[in-house]
Amino acid sequence: MMASSYSAKEEDGHHPGASGAGGAAANGRKPDNTAFKQQRLPAWQPILTAGTVLPAFFAIGLIFIPIGIGLYVTSNNIKEFEIDYTGTDTSSPCFSCYQNFSWNSTLPCKCSLPFSLDQPFESNVFMYYGLSNFYQNHRRYVKSRDDSHLNGNLYSLTHPSKECEPYAHRDNVPVAPCGAIANSMFNDTMELFFVHPNETRSQIPLKRKGIAWWTDKHVKFRNPGGNGDNLTAAFQGTTYPVNWHKPVYELDADPENNGFINEDFIVWMRTAALPTFRKLYRIIEKKSSMTPTLPSGNYTLEVTYNYPVHSFDGRKRMILSTISWMGGKNPFLGIAYITVGSVCFFLGVVLLLIHHKYGNRSSSPDIAS
Amino acid sequence: MLGTPILGQFGPFLFAAPFKLHQVGWCSAILRSLQSARRQGRRYLYTLNTAGLKTTKFGLSLECTVADNCIVTSKYNIITFLPVNLFEQFQEVANTYFLFLLILQLIPQISSLSWFTTIVPLVLVLSITAVKDATDDYFRHKSDNQVNNRQSQVLQNEKWMNVRVGDIIKLENNQFVAADLLLLSSTEPHGLCYIETAELDGETNMKVRQSLSVTSELGDPDKLAQFDGEVVCEPPNNKLDRFSGTLYWRDCKYPLSNQNMLLRGCVLRNTESCYGLVIFAGPDTKLMQNSGCTKFKRTSIDRLMNTLVLWIFGFLVCMGVILAIGNAVWERKAGSLFQNFLPWDPSVNNFLFSAFLSFWSYVIILNTVVPISLYVSVEVIRLGHSYFINWDRKMYCSHSNTAAEVRTTTLNEELGQVEYIFSDKTGTLTQNIMSFNKCSINGHAYGTCTMQKNKDFSSWNPLADGGLCFYDGSLLEAVKTGDLVAHEFFRLLSLCHTVMSEEKTEGALVYKAQSPDEGALVTAARNFGFVFCSRTPGTVTVHELGRPVTYTLLAILDFNNIRKRMSVIVRNPEGRIRLYCKGADTVLFDRLHPCNHELMNITTNHLNEYASDGLRTLALAYRDLTEDEWEEWAELYRGAGRTVDFREDRLAAAYEEIEQDMMLLGATAIEDKLQEGVPETIAILSLANIKIWVLTGDKQETAVNIGYSCKMLTDDMTEIFIINGHTVQGVREELRDAMKEEETQGLGKACSLGNGFSEKPKNPTSPTSLLESISGEFALVISGHSLAHALEADMEYEFVETVSVCKAVICCRVTPLQKALVIELIKRHKKAVTLAIGDGANDVSMIKTAHIGVGISGQEGIQAVLASDYSFAQFRFLQRLLLVHGRWSYLRMCRFLCYFFYKNFAFTMVHFWFGFFCGFSAQTVYDQYFITLYNIVYTSLPVLAMGIFDQDVPEQRSLEYPKLYEPGQLNLLFNKREFFICITQGIYTSVVLFFVPYSVLSHATQSNGIALADYQTFAVTTATALVIVVSVQIALDTGYWTAINHFFVWGSLGSYFTILFVLHSDILFSLFPQQFNFLGSAQNTLKQPVVWLTIALATVICIAPVLAFRFLKVELKPQLSDTVHTGSHRSGYAFAHQEGFGELITSGKNMRLSSLALATFFKEKDSTEMRG
Repeated sequence: MMASSYSAKEEDGHHPGASGAGGAAANGRKPDNTAFKQQRLPAWQPILTAGTVLPAFFAIGLIFIPIGIGLYVTSNNIKEFEIDYTGTDTSSPCFSCYQNFSWNSTLPCKCSLPFSLDQPFESNVFMYYGLSNFYQNHRRYVKSRDDSHLNGNLYSLTHPSKECEPYAHRDNVPVAPCGAIANSMFNDTMELFFVHPNETRSQIPLKRKGIAWWTDKHVKFRNPGGNGDNLTAAFQGTTYPVNWHKPVYELDADPENNGFINEDFIVWMRTAALPTFRKLYRIIEKKSSMTPTLPSGNYTLEVTYNYPVHSFDGRKRMILSTISWMGGKNPFLGIAYITVGSVCFFLGVVLLLIHHKYGNRSSSPDIAS
Repeated sequence: MLGTPILGQFGPFLFAAPFKLHQVGWCSAILRSLQSARRQGRRYLYTLNTAGLKTTKFGLSLECTVADNCIVTSKYNIITFLPVNLFEQFQEVANTYFLFLLILQLIPQISSLSWFTTIVPLVLVLSITAVKDATDDYFRHKSDNQVNNRQSQVLQNEKWMNVRVGDIIKLENNQFVAADLLLLSSTEPHGLCYIETAELDGETNMKVRQSLSVTSELGDPDKLAQFDGEVVCEPPNNKLDRFSGTLYWRDCKYPLSNQNMLLRGCVLRNTESCYGLVIFAGPDTKLMQNSGCTKFKRTSIDRLMNTLVLWIFGFLVCMGVILAIGNAVWERKAGSLFQNFLPWDPSVNNFLFSAFLSFWSYVIILNTVVPISLYVSVEVIRLGHSYFINWDRKMYCSHSNTAAEVRTTTLNEELGQVEYIFSDKTGTLTQNIMSFNKCSINGHAYGTCTMQKNKDFSSWNPLADGGLCFYDGSLLEAVKTGDLVAHEFFRLLSLCHTVMSEEKTEGALVYKAQSPDEGALVTAARNFGFVFCSRTPGTVTVHELGRPVTYTLLAILDFNNIRKRMSVIVRNPEGRIRLYCKGADTVLFDRLHPCNHELMNITTNHLNEYASDGLRTLALAYRDLTEDEWEEWAELYRGAGRTVDFREDRLAAAYEEIEQDMMLLGATAIEDKLQEGVPETIAILSLANIKIWVLTGDKQETAVNIGYSCKMLTDDMTEIFIINGHTVQGVREELRDAMKEEETQGLGKACSLGNGFSEKPKNPTSPTSLLESISGEFALVISGHSLAHALEADMEYEFVETVSVCKAVICCRVTPLQKALVIELIKRHKKAVTLAIGDGANDVSMIKTAHIGVGISGQEGIQAVLASDYSFAQFRFLQRLLLVHGRWSYLRMCRFLCYFFYKNFAFTMVHFWFGFFCGFSAQTVYDQYFITLYNIVYTSLPVLAMGIFDQDVPEQRSLEYPKLYEPGQLNLLFNKREFFICITQGIYTSVVLFFVPYSVLSHATQSNGIALADYQTFAVTTATALVIVVSVQIALDTGYWTAINHFFVWGSLGSYFTILFVLHSDILFSLFPQQFNFLGSAQNTLKQPVVWLTIALATVICIAPVLAFRFLKVELKPQLSDTVHTGSHRSGYAFAHQEGFGELITSGKNMRLSSLALATFFKEKDSTEMRG
């Protein structure tokens, strides 16, 4: 019965039609009370405290230093021998080859380098060739290949990708394998002789298979028409790259290692990340457990000098190395681990001191305000 | 035929088309006409015709711009969406830039990346933005429809948007006025109607409008249809209080003024219905003209981000130039010699051209330093924060059933940086409800101590109103026992007013008051037994304690702003003549009979008490008049009323004559009820160093009262300056005096502000705000007139200087546009983030001007809400919006940006270092798929999760320690310095990520002897190390690990390895040998222990310094948030007390409060009843 006192807001509340507030109908619902919507999701809230940071530093130190020592010792036990056979020095046996040999030379140039190993190389020995100042990682170089072509695709074989230009066609005949990478394939051959004390030489057998990635050899690279016997026919209608002296199907006599699946070729095609690199050339397998693979003594490296590096000041090296679980010789990793471990440990100590000196005082809430 | 007589005044006009007629509906026509003759100049002449049925039909085709009432805020429709949206998106510099990159990549000599590395992210970004735009626009369509489809009667039901100039509209009680109308007729006598303009100017009292007497008899639709007048009026403008025009009708002309106008946004009250002619519609209405232009709001972080992106562009160009120079040198020294193996491209014939190409190639590669996903990620994060605000139950008002709503989703982090809040008063701070709170009768104060529940008055007074919240047993007793002064007190209240009553049903009285104050007073009298029943022009009938008494009303001496009082002269049934007067105590006390001296002193004490509680006070007095006195005065009065010149002045003088020698009865105190929790919110916000200004259209006294009741003003303030001058000189003097006062009060040392505070760079490390350097507390109250002068160019500087020292500023009697100007001023001079909060249409301009506009929703008006960026139902939610959501948003956004720039620099700069080893040939370090996916898959989600969910301290802590808000105001978490730290860290990481693998792998071999230093192995190693390092870094940055964070961090790492192995798998290779030539790299590389040792080494070298640095920062220079966090197990309350209210208490700000009031300070509810 009693009328209400005048109140604009209230009165109008009873006239939803008249006022018709726009958003009211749309948002007039109470939000759900879920942990997600109310931002109350259970959460782990890590805070940087002395209790967590300092142990972390000590732990890193304590883990890294032993690993570093282990790596360093392992690396030191690996035997490595390196010889530069570029022939830049006038006294070098390869000097004349270095000076004179070019891609156009038809006659092979040979030179032999004597060297001696002070210590015997016990287990399997890996023989690498190394190139310096060679930009296999140049953008235009890296892309100058046709993986479909190398995978044995018949269409690509006769229609190499335009990425291969200018090494896609020679006199309008498609080049196989095409591209700058294949064209510049490393083609020095090296032979290793042990020089017995009595001056006689015995050739050391070099294994030429097993030097490429398994996936490269078995998946990525395939000869056209499958790895059949008749490669000559398969490569019919193509020609070999301009810098090569023989067609791709004559790289090796072994049909399992010929054509695109020749491992020297595959290794070369796996471009290096840096301008100074080494690539696996041959493997010297351990014969018996009694004798070292390469006993100490004198050796001769016979090089057929086919690969001209004079024009761009490149260097060529031959490396012999044993390996361990961590691969070849790698002093950096061990030293880096020891250094980082020590720095962390030291940092831990410094932070501990700082924490003791300043930390307690300033973390007290009474002062912090 | 048109209004030619006045054309000379307006100048020539181009054309005016005749009318058009529209036959619609039942019996009548919608009277449509045209308007608008456009002139070449900048002024428009608006003419308006309506015509009867006989008029010819030609002419509509000539109609130019008839503004209709339709308001469109949406941007697209289904067909235009795609082209328009794409066009808009490509106007964004970033998107165009990526399009440009895409085109560059199609040039084979330049292309260093495949086309898809750019197009995939670009398409993704464009489509996410498009989806968001589409959703936004959908909601805009919805709200447009809602407003436009409101019903309005144009002599026939029509929608708002279809209302045209020249239409005649019928309005019913409590309806919103749809457009600016010329009042033609109303159901009330004399063509009167009442409107409430709170929406428009914030004033709560009702206003009267009257139609021209010639039109007032156009009561029925038939007559209206015949109406063929013609209106010539001023062009649309934003002046709410004036209108000039002329109506030509039946060969006569009638001047029109504001008194005849109903403006859009007003609400019709106490009037059954009325008819009006639409003069201005839609955007031409005064309301819309006042709302200022909508500007696209950008946050300061946005602007900083744009600057930084430009810097990064510069950096990118520098890197490109360095690498191009390197390329030139290399091509000359080595490349030219290497041509046997690698000839130059046919088109490249010298090293310089090669360098030029390589520059562009590097621009493509290094473009990831300007991350394409930056803008879209920022938007996603803001959207997430917006949803959290929408979902917040603590910002939900159950009373009005409204949840908080984010209307602009792009401003959230700015909520964490607010320094100034500009608040409206009516409806924002107050509920716009007046309640009779206390009274002092004959020196006895009532209503001070009793807090008991509302007693029901109806037991002894059947006519009592149940809505009254005032009860005092002793007063009721006094009335019952026949205390004569109390009787006279309430008799005065029941007689001296302009309230109309209406008895809808038997005994159910409804009062229609011009101002809610009057309503409250009359209702109070009603409950204490003096029930105002009805009035006629000459009588007032009151039920006095159940007995009907009819008084003869001899005169009403009406209220105005100068008099500040009103009186009635009545003759009671016994024939005694008495003058009853109520008014401001200052004016009334001067006019009392000297014998009231003692009572006056007591009452003054009471009044002071009431005033300092922020109550609105009135003093009441009466005077007995003899018949002779009355006759003598009546003659004077009639004479004054008859004069033509200076009628107002003569009347005022006459009133002055009779209102003398009055006897004081007592005083009343009315509470302008505050919204819940307003004083607490203001206290907390000011502890968070936010300055609060009240801008109101209301009177100075009212505004100051509210200032007191919400504790913005206190009696302990050193000085409250009142700037009230009407002239430029006066205002300047007052400002200078205020300045001088401030300086003498301890600002002596801080007078450096004399030479330009605006140039003074804001130093984030030493917040030397002026506020902190002064000892006293100042407040400033300025009125609209003075503000107009103070805002002039030559004085605004002085004004800003003065106000920046004040803790509280109240601007009263300001127009909507002035509100905007004040904010503009602060924005310009203080470079601070401003927030405006209001509920009415009069707040729209300030809401649009401020960096952040907040609308109070759930009330009747929606104009403010529609213009706002955030809306919620209660002022007190502001503390949560700023201190919790705003603070978190800012924190999250800053952390996000720091990390985002870091991760992109770490990622991209590796290419720079690699350039030195690959002949500057723009060879990438990583696989192209990695480059494509890095930003959008591998690293996007963890940082998004951090950006959306991170919390440094729990929400209740942010409210307990308002000081936690300060880093945002000082812009400490993300600024140019922080940015440099981030990119330095990023570059450092890139150095480590390149050179550690470089040193390790260049000579390393696999454990089967095969060399490890091939390009693909190097790419996989570096990429893996990068993903792991940035994942560890985000793990370190994330402060709040929810399940989602875990899922995203681990999921990203998992997805990296999964995608890596898939991309390097046999199957993909056999399908697309050209595209997936990384076959086998992942398996071969990741099974090498050396590779993992390298990654571990790189990670530790990258992270350990960061860890040490952060630890030292926490140890040596802990932020409050660190401390709050670590101290979380301690007694939070004790700490909170020191931090929170302690300062308030020691500052003496609330010392004047009684202990009871102090209790209310902490109590959330019932604050209004308890104040006392």
